[in-house]
Amino acid sequence: MSLHLTATVDNRDVEIALDVADGQTVAILGPNGSGKSTVLSVVAGIVRPDRGRAVLDGTTLFDTADGVWLDPHKRGTGLLAQDPLLFPHLSVLDNVAFGPRSSGASRAGSREMACTRLDQVDAAELADRKPSELSGGQAQRVAIARALAAEPRLLLLDEPMAALDITVVPAMRQVLRHVLAGRTAVIVTHDVLDALLLADHVVVMEHGRVVEQGPTTAVLERPRSSFGAGIAGLNLARGVVEAGAVLTSSGLVVAGLHGAQQVRDGADAVAVFSPGAVSVHRQRPSGSPRNVYPAVVRELEPRGSQVRIQTGEIAADVTAPVVAELDLLPGSEVFLAVKASEVAIYEA
Amino acid sequence: MSTARYSGVPRWVYVPAAAGAVFIVLPLAAMASRVEWASFFSLITSESSRHALVLSLRTSAMATLLCILLGVPMALVLARTSFRGQGLLRSLVLLPLVLPPVVGGIALLYTFGRKGLLGETMDVLGLQIAFSTTAVVIAQTFVSLPFLVVSLEGTLRTAGQRYEIVASTLGAAPTTVLRRITLPLVLPGLAAGAVLSFARALGEFGATITFAGSLEGVTRTLPLEIYLQRESNPDAAVALSLVLVVVAVLVIGLVRGTRSSAV
Repeated sequence: MSLHLTATVDNRDVEIALDVADGQTVAILGPNGSGKSTVLSVVAGIVRPDRGRAVLDGTTLFDTADGVWLDPHKRGTGLLAQDPLLFPHLSVLDNVAFGPRSSGASRAGSREMACTRLDQVDAAELADRKPSELSGGQAQRVAIARALAAEPRLLLLDEPMAALDITVVPAMRQVLRHVLAGRTAVIVTHDVLDALLLADHVVVMEHGRVVEQGPTTAVLERPRSSFGAGIAGLNLARGVVEAGAVLTSSGLVVAGLHGAQQVRDGADAVAVFSPGAVSVHRQRPSGSPRNVYPAVVRELEPRGSQVRIQTGEIAADVTAPVVAELDLLPGSEVFLAVKASEVAIYEA
Repeated sequence: MSTARYSGVPRWVYVPAAAGAVFIVLPLAAMASRVEWASFFSLITSESSRHALVLSLRTSAMATLLCILLGVPMALVLARTSFRGQGLLRSLVLLPLVLPPVVGGIALLYTFGRKGLLGETMDVLGLQIAFSTTAVVIAQTFVSLPFLVVSLEGTLRTAGQRYEIVASTLGAAPTTVLRRITLPLVLPGLAAGAVLSFARALGEFGATITFAGSLEGVTRTLPLEIYLQRESNPDAAVALSLVLVVVAVLVIGLVRGTRSSAV
């Protein structure tokens, strides 16, 4: 189930090439209006590109050179949008059964498949409700089950968590992690954590063009595009959980806050914190911070009113007066401190 | 909903508004005041009245059915597709709304009448449409079709295509989407349009008398009967008029009901 896409949409100024390998999840990151959603619409068959070609697993979805165009219902590309868009006149069960029923399954058979899918997203108890009786998070879980029940060869997710209450986002991310494992998918998002936790590969789009792409951690740790640097450039520490903290292969121990669920000891996890949360000291700081690391400054990089200090593993953003006061230069030995309350730990 | 809030309407506006309301209600009240209640029931159940009422209901129901069969596809094409000349087509389709019905009747006569465009072909096929009950149904459909098309096109546009797109990405073919998603979602609008078409068909006069004539039991619908009775038996005309007013009030109630139950 691999996707190969090239497409140009003139009136939206989008020109993109994208490859998704079998079983891989690709995240498209980018600012509003960068054409991320247009890409999904083109793959799903809702927007007709002016030029281009898409092949999904050997099936040509469209090819403007040959005049080939497959209608959306023949593509096998499930689309999950920001808004769950459950059919208001159908029960939850019939919403989920809609896909299998439309492709010829019997009424009983399609309901059975629907039950399985609802179970998979922990929504089995909602089967008899009407969409109007669901909360936002519940409705989006049902929408995921509905998209899965249609057995798509490629799953397209357009900011699936953007409209959700912030309190239900971590749980939804877990559901999606579960669902996307081993599945060929493209997810459009503006949230770095989505990309980090859900995608193997990241594509950064700006002004309708791909400005950067590569393996998720590589792009997020060392972004080369301005958008990537703006939203990403986060400190990521990957490792295993030990006594609630993440122990990296290089021996760093990062303590932090866990999401809704405590991450079990021994599990693979990632600790995430922004460079702005890191403070820089010449002497080992006394007092509260649990995370203190000796480091050597490698690079100083002005970023607006801030200066980014790159060390071996961790980046810190400080103001220019602080740089002057501490007399920081490449080669300076410093201590970096991060409050545990500024660090989020996710199972990875 | 009914919380009192600042309306911003100047006070003097209430005067012409009230005058307008009186202008509409007063004639109806005047007519109702002239009804001979003692003979009301016998007047509206006389043989010619019954014939006219039954004919009206029968032909209006047929016309409404035709409106649905032709109007739903028209509304879909107008609301969901775009092609060259669509704007012009929409204006032409709406023409019967503004055309004097008698002009419509003459147009129909020159289409389906004996000497009309399609008349000779139909003659060969043994079909005589002008001055038959079929002609009544055709005249009513001609004038009421735009009501259904306009009403449904608006509903389709308001409903948007988002659910239809989702349904198609779930693998549903266009006919399945139409049957299981589009039509159920616009059902209130379709019902309102059908009720309006029925009401327009029931009141049809000009096109009917021009194209179908006035044969008792064949083409003489209730409005035609009222027009004829007005000379010979004004009491009967008033009584039958009241029947049509009651039907109209019921129709408005039905439309309001379906509109308010719409999402």
